[in-house]
Amino acid sequence: MNVAARSTTGKPHKRAFWTMERRDTLAGYLFIAPQLIGVVTFVLIPLGLVFWYSLHEWNVLAQTFRFQGLANYEALLNDPGLPQVLGATAVFSLGLVVFNMALALLLAVLLDQKLKGIAVYRTLFFSPVVVSLVAWTIVWSFLLQNNGGINALLALVGIEGPNWLRGSATAMTSVVVVQVFKNVGLNMILFLAALQGVPRELYEAARVDGTPAWMQFTRITMPMISPTILLTSIITIVGSLQVFAQIAVLTQGGPGMSTTVLVYYLYQQAFQFHKFGYGATLSILLFLIVAVLTFAQWQMRRRLVFYEN
Amino acid sequence: MKTDLSPRMKVVVYGLMTVLLIPFVFPTWWMVTSSIKPISDIFAFPPEIIPSRVDLSTYSRVFELQPFGRQYWNSAYIAALVTAGTMLFSAMAGYAFARIRFPCANALFMVVLVGLLIPAEVTIVPLFQMFLGWDMINTHWPLVLVPVFGAPSVFATFVMRQFFIALPKELEEAARVDGLGRFRIFWTIALPLARPALGAVGIFTFLHSWNLYLEPIVFLSSPELFTLPQALTQFTDAYGGAMWNVQLAAATMTAVPVLIVFVIAQRQFVEGLAHTGLKG
Repeated sequence: MNVAARSTTGKPHKRAFWTMERRDTLAGYLFIAPQLIGVVTFVLIPLGLVFWYSLHEWNVLAQTFRFQGLANYEALLNDPGLPQVLGATAVFSLGLVVFNMALALLLAVLLDQKLKGIAVYRTLFFSPVVVSLVAWTIVWSFLLQNNGGINALLALVGIEGPNWLRGSATAMTSVVVVQVFKNVGLNMILFLAALQGVPRELYEAARVDGTPAWMQFTRITMPMISPTILLTSIITIVGSLQVFAQIAVLTQGGPGMSTTVLVYYLYQQAFQFHKFGYGATLSILLFLIVAVLTFAQWQMRRRLVFYEN
Repeated sequence: MKTDLSPRMKVVVYGLMTVLLIPFVFPTWWMVTSSIKPISDIFAFPPEIIPSRVDLSTYSRVFELQPFGRQYWNSAYIAALVTAGTMLFSAMAGYAFARIRFPCANALFMVVLVGLLIPAEVTIVPLFQMFLGWDMINTHWPLVLVPVFGAPSVFATFVMRQFFIALPKELEEAARVDGLGRFRIFWTIALPLARPALGAVGIFTFLHSWNLYLEPIVFLSSPELFTLPQALTQFTDAYGGAMWNVQLAAATMTAVPVLIVFVIAQRQFVEGLAHTGLKG
């Protein structure tokens, strides 16, 4: 032990000082240092700066940087585009979470069956997750063109498809659907793991009692996998607020502002219109929404989720 | 609910799964097949599910219109650096938070966890200013530093910590009694045991970096520095219209290698994901 202490610290005379505890403390700090310094530098300081910037009138092109108190927040409340942006964000996030969770659960239940070749299906359902996001979005953009693959297939069966990306309702639906098929495989796998973790005795007991299959699902399966449902819904909803590339490639926020979600609006204001101060204010809004949603879901966890321990 | 299904139910399940599979598989098929069709055939009606004529010249156009080889290299080396860096530093931090007792450990863990709450998009404006101040705009530094040390790495640290907490520690304690230092224990005992979690972290970090889009378009302006996602959207004609065949060829070259790796290693992908302590 002493030999090790000497060789690692190089201070043989102070070996009484370098107790196991002290060495552990030093090791602990050294181990977390890169992550901690990184979070402070690239998350916490920027978060403080975002708030500071939001109190300024700052136009990069005009090179103005002037303290103006809460004027940006006033502008935010009076921004005629904001209700539309928040509406689009809410529709997108809600649509995404509901469709994603429902499809993921359906696929997980199907994949949980004892069938030959099920692993091949699992691999195929998961495959869009590993396809480059922008590549996936470009193909869908190509498919959703007025003369693209989807309308051509519809025309084969005598249906005249809409110009998907040019109508506001169909554009929003398209963006949601493209994103769901891209990433639903992640939640599907998490649900599948949760389903496979439900003790089989529970089902056997229920069967002996003559409980019908749908009741086994609502009374056993759903409560047992509720922690996974909650966790994946948090990840999915926070992830949905970060969707940017899909919007940028598919619709550029259009038609009109119908698919301009908050992150896209933030990008436009800050980096296309060069209004950094106002962009920072929108960042604060995004931060508050994410924080409130996360907090609300952790609260719900206490009341709605069943835990074994 | 692993009961044996009746033959009729089997048909229903297979049929349902096959129909559901279409939107998952068809886009990739359509991307690959359209990219090898001559331009006149890509909007042909009725649509050609299997190309009748093949024209591979589009693939060389990709490299003529953009420094695509260079852009490919940019994406690949950035993703490799980010993945290796994240795996190392998140394993270290996750290990320390799970195993080592030191003052303020819990408080510091809470500080790190704040990163989970703050999407990178929130801090993009000040990050731009910081990197401008460090003269790192239009370089790859922001695309490496922020993911390895900033918000995206926090999730990796969280996953690693959960994994190490669940790992039995008898082996490590025996090594400590033998006088092994913390770093040796971490490197030679804990890290090899953490392979499943490291694999999952590595896969997701790689995909995250490979897909990054907002950050490159904010930080980079020279085509030879672009990453793949950014490059894919640059294949437009003089009127800003998409050059579909070239775009699809570039998209195919971006997507297919990762897909092949996935098919070979799909068990690691899927099982790694299922065992990352994400089960709530």
